[in-house]
Amino acid sequence: MTPKIEVRDFNFFYGESKVLHSIELDIPEKQVTALIGPSGCGKSTFLRSINRMNDIIAGARAEGRIAIDGQDLYAPGVDVVSLRRRIGMVFQKSNPFPKSIYENIAYGLRIGGVKDRRVIDETVERSLRRAALWDEVKDRLGRSALALSGGQQQRLCIARALAVDPDVLLMDEPASALDPIATQKIEELVYELKNNYTIVIVTHNMQQAARVSDRTAFFMLGKLVEYNETRTIFMNPGQKLTEDYITGRFG
Amino acid sequence: MRHFDREIEELKELLLRMGAMVEEQINESIRALLERDSAVAQRVIDADSDVDRMELVIDQHTIELIATMQPAAVDLRFVATAMKITPDLERIADLAVDVCERAIELNAEPPLKPLMDIPRLARIAQDMVRQSLDAFVRRDATLAREVIARDDEVDRLTEQSFRELLTYMLEDSKNISRAIRLTFIGKYFERIADGATNICEMVVYLVEGKVIKHSNEPS
Repeated sequence: MTPKIEVRDFNFFYGESKVLHSIELDIPEKQVTALIGPSGCGKSTFLRSINRMNDIIAGARAEGRIAIDGQDLYAPGVDVVSLRRRIGMVFQKSNPFPKSIYENIAYGLRIGGVKDRRVIDETVERSLRRAALWDEVKDRLGRSALALSGGQQQRLCIARALAVDPDVLLMDEPASALDPIATQKIEELVYELKNNYTIVIVTHNMQQAARVSDRTAFFMLGKLVEYNETRTIFMNPGQKLTEDYITGRFG
Repeated sequence: MRHFDREIEELKELLLRMGAMVEEQINESIRALLERDSAVAQRVIDADSDVDRMELVIDQHTIELIATMQPAAVDLRFVATAMKITPDLERIADLAVDVCERAIELNAEPPLKPLMDIPRLARIAQDMVRQSLDAFVRRDATLAREVIARDDEVDRLTEQSFRELLTYMLEDSKNISRAIRLTFIGKYFERIADGATNICEMVVYLVEGKVIKHSNEPS
């Protein structure tokens, strides 16, 4: 099976300091891949490399190859804006625009040049449905997004990312600021979304990785230690380091 | 439905499938014995590997569930119950095979006597297994306790059957090999009933979180 995202000898630097060392992995389509590891292991840097979010950091530099559907993301001439349409992102802290619920979703379409009101209406509804938020907000689409609860705001951000019809969804600890019920809703959502999207999720919560992902990559000190099916990682990891980390025997 | 609930449902389906296989094995072993049909007995013996495979599938599934889902409270008790009743079911199926092996040996000789206590014992044990699985599916602790209570009747019938067979052995030493085989068969059904009792104890644990085995809790 050809991978959705192919990573080969990928290195990343912040100035002189090398933070990712020769990462190699294949991320399969329409599955959930979790990136786990201790703080500073490089998992978030790696996640942000997948839609070139790190480009905006001064002195940051990438080497090697990350390709989506065979197309090198770091090749000269790649349009980063259209790349980020294909590869949506959801952050740890929900960041809705200070606009209405409706406008939060419609925004990406409008700046993409969509004017047809009917198309926008349909997309707003579809995106909110896919993010499992529609039933909770359908009667108050004109109200400010900032009035939503934290968990709802996070699902709104997911809906916003879905509105521009990406193939890949990157999630950087999407539930770490939420209570257990809101967390469970996000996890259920991730589980549903993988039918249509390729999802890469960074999480500090190992149990969450175990619950939601099909494959898990364990990073440490900028290196990919082990990458395998999640059940293998959690039932019988191949590396002692992985075992020590997931059983909490570090240090 | 939560993703986790779907996983639990799947595990339940597997357990029920294994339960149905085991019930069928008991049923056929009784038929092999009562109808003196060695071909049926042989089929039961051959089908045992299917039950064994099912045990491995369920083991794998439960361990995966624990590793990936971190079940808690009633979910944890369900997974623990699954892990503990699977070997009981497997053991019950092995006992049905033992019955069939003795049945084939008995069929090589004329019948010792018309069977009386053993068929009753067999039916009760079979019924207990079926009800233990019902109790599990319906999470019915009351039914589970009723099944456990029947174990005394089984013990009594086993003892009664043994005493009768002993008289045949005392009467004529040519009866001994057949009477011993029938004694074994009585014991196998008694152990099948024990397996059903174990399952029911786990059902009470599943539903109420109470451990009732090795204790004298009035049923």
